[in-house]
Amino acid sequence: MTNNANGSRLDPWVQAYASRATSMRASEIRALFAVASRPEVVSLAGGMPFVEALDVEMFRGVVNSVLTKDSKTALQYGAGQGHVSLRESVLEVMRPTGMTAHPDDIVITAGSQMAIDLIVRVMCNPGDVILVESPSYVGALGVFRAYEADIRHVAMDEDGLNPTAMREMIAKVKAEGKQVKLLYTIPSFHNPAGITQPQQRRSEIVAIAEQENVLIIEDDPYALLSFDGVIHRPMAANEKERVVYCGSFSKIISAGLRIGWAVAPHALREKLVLANEAATLCPSNFTQMIVDEYLRTQDWLAQVATFRDIYKLRRDTLLSALDDHMPAGVKWTVPTGGFYSWLTLPPGFDATAMLPRAVTHLVAYVPGTGFFADGQGRSNLRLSFCYPPPERIVEGVKRLANVMSEEAELLKTFGVGGN
Amino acid sequence: MKIAVLAGGLSAEREVSLRSGRRVAQALREKGQEVIEVDIDADLLPELRKINPDAVLPLVHGQVGEDGSLREVLDVAGYKTVGSPSAAARIAFEKPIANQVAAAAGVTVPKSIVLPQEAFKSLGATALLESAISSIGLPMVVKPSHGGSALGATVVKTKEELPGAMVTAFSYGSVVLMQPYITGTEIAVCVLEDKTGLTTLPIVEIVPDHDLYDYDCRYTAGMTEFFVPARINPDIAAQANEIATKMHKALGLKDISRTDLIVDATGNIWFLEVNINPGQTETSLFPQAIAAAGLDLGEVFLKLITNLDR
Repeated sequence: MTNNANGSRLDPWVQAYASRATSMRASEIRALFAVASRPEVVSLAGGMPFVEALDVEMFRGVVNSVLTKDSKTALQYGAGQGHVSLRESVLEVMRPTGMTAHPDDIVITAGSQMAIDLIVRVMCNPGDVILVESPSYVGALGVFRAYEADIRHVAMDEDGLNPTAMREMIAKVKAEGKQVKLLYTIPSFHNPAGITQPQQRRSEIVAIAEQENVLIIEDDPYALLSFDGVIHRPMAANEKERVVYCGSFSKIISAGLRIGWAVAPHALREKLVLANEAATLCPSNFTQMIVDEYLRTQDWLAQVATFRDIYKLRRDTLLSALDDHMPAGVKWTVPTGGFYSWLTLPPGFDATAMLPRAVTHLVAYVPGTGFFADGQGRSNLRLSFCYPPPERIVEGVKRLANVMSEEAELLKTFGVGGN
Repeated sequence: MKIAVLAGGLSAEREVSLRSGRRVAQALREKGQEVIEVDIDADLLPELRKINPDAVLPLVHGQVGEDGSLREVLDVAGYKTVGSPSAAARIAFEKPIANQVAAAAGVTVPKSIVLPQEAFKSLGATALLESAISSIGLPMVVKPSHGGSALGATVVKTKEELPGAMVTAFSYGSVVLMQPYITGTEIAVCVLEDKTGLTTLPIVEIVPDHDLYDYDCRYTAGMTEFFVPARINPDIAAQANEIATKMHKALGLKDISRTDLIVDATGNIWFLEVNINPGQTETSLFPQAIAAAGLDLGEVFLKLITNLDR
């Protein structure tokens, strides 16, 4: 025997990681997404805004203007709460939704993702219960996991989060001797479900939250991207003490700027500012000022309308292609805004297991399991229609239909599932 | 010297390949070489014409990269290329054929059943799977007949798990290989070739946290424990080295290869597969063997490149 008792795990810190890092590991799914970034692949996976619709020359002018007007501020640290002028501009951006606030109620963050992170950081101890929709946004689930929250999924119906299911889950959690701390919801053009809560449903959900003393995180990044002309009034517009509202410029200007915001009740907002300072000192002054200059000098509503028209055409193209090519038994949601449709596959299909075949056929989607914290979603997948041009969307759906046809054959051969 | 490092591509191992490519490219730059990294696509040949490299180093995994196609294209275009010729790559890439070569060379190969999806459809999956269980027994390993990083591979412990494992494997390829799950010490023998012949590097022993050395265990640092040199009897080590060099020669491989083996409790050495283009990531086996031999990654690859003029 050789004298080599001590092996190596190629990581000197392997015993030192926090328990929350346990799920941070390489995965086959991530490996397949690396292929999806190639131009040969029609990616219906990532929710990337179609930034090509922006006028780059106009944007160059905005950036130059910021540097010309006040480079000393733009290139310097800023306030933890965010640039005052931008906070004023945010009020204008929220105005079409009916959401009102004072600039002091707003905290600017590095995308609304950071706002979600800060809220959970301030509100939740490990093990605290957070209710989420079923399915829910994968990025938010990542935050909740990172803070070791106890994530509970609540069923949705065609009007979004189901109030009865919400009450039942709260009762179940109480029966376990725990209390629900937060509800995370995307009421408009849900990611990934593509569903929108009607006003009546929103009121019911807020009423339950009132009754049960639950704080609501209302994530509303797609608010202005409505395809039917209806801008939905946020929950927070009616109930400011019960709801923290999260907004984003990623979908209506540029995701690369990483600017979002939260509107929070006074005391919580103070804590969010301190948490923001602790996490990042301040959001980027430079990109905040670019956003503010853009909003103040350009016809941003016209740009939103341009985005909306592009996404509406792509949504229509996707739905039409699904109608034309999807095999019997596949169901999908019809979004009235936003970026996504949610597919339910026939019994036996496993969207995660099917992904390698899809990538081989040069089409990519996000398997449903990513939108659940408890292993559900194997028969679901999310399709994004925001980025590929219409002809590529049609091609992608055709490829997906071929993949499903081959998969159906395979499942039938091996008698897996309901086939 | 101007070197084109080819990586990426469209296979499921794209990310692994890109990581290998970046690592080796950087190591070669540290040796003073001019290195251009190329993510292979339909523009590969025009891109190479523009670069006009003195040598090409393909580090592309999976189909096209390892099945001989890429090498064939590079040969036709007249580039000096590191690695195995296309004919050898074709054989090594298809695990069932490589198994036959190994068996013919006197290497112990696990019993295997190789079947295309069409066979299950035509002949009836239930009966075929029952026969497979009778023939191979449980637990067994089900995997696609080609491809690396254990993508699509499953350890099947009960007969109920078998249909699902077949579906998983067929998602990565049209032919599936079923073999008994052999417990023992999993080892990898890395081979380098130069003007003087073949050299084996210190054997790497692999102890994954999972039943299988799967994708998670391969590419998440900390999920596998490695022992280099492997904790095996010197006689066994010598036999393993002999098998690896034998496979390198029998398959007609060139420059570099890695042979994966399992040593069972009785000291039998079982052949698993040969890799003509082994991974070079931070957690890959080849760089560990190179380091254990007291060699430097950049020097090793530079030597392979300069040897092309031999």
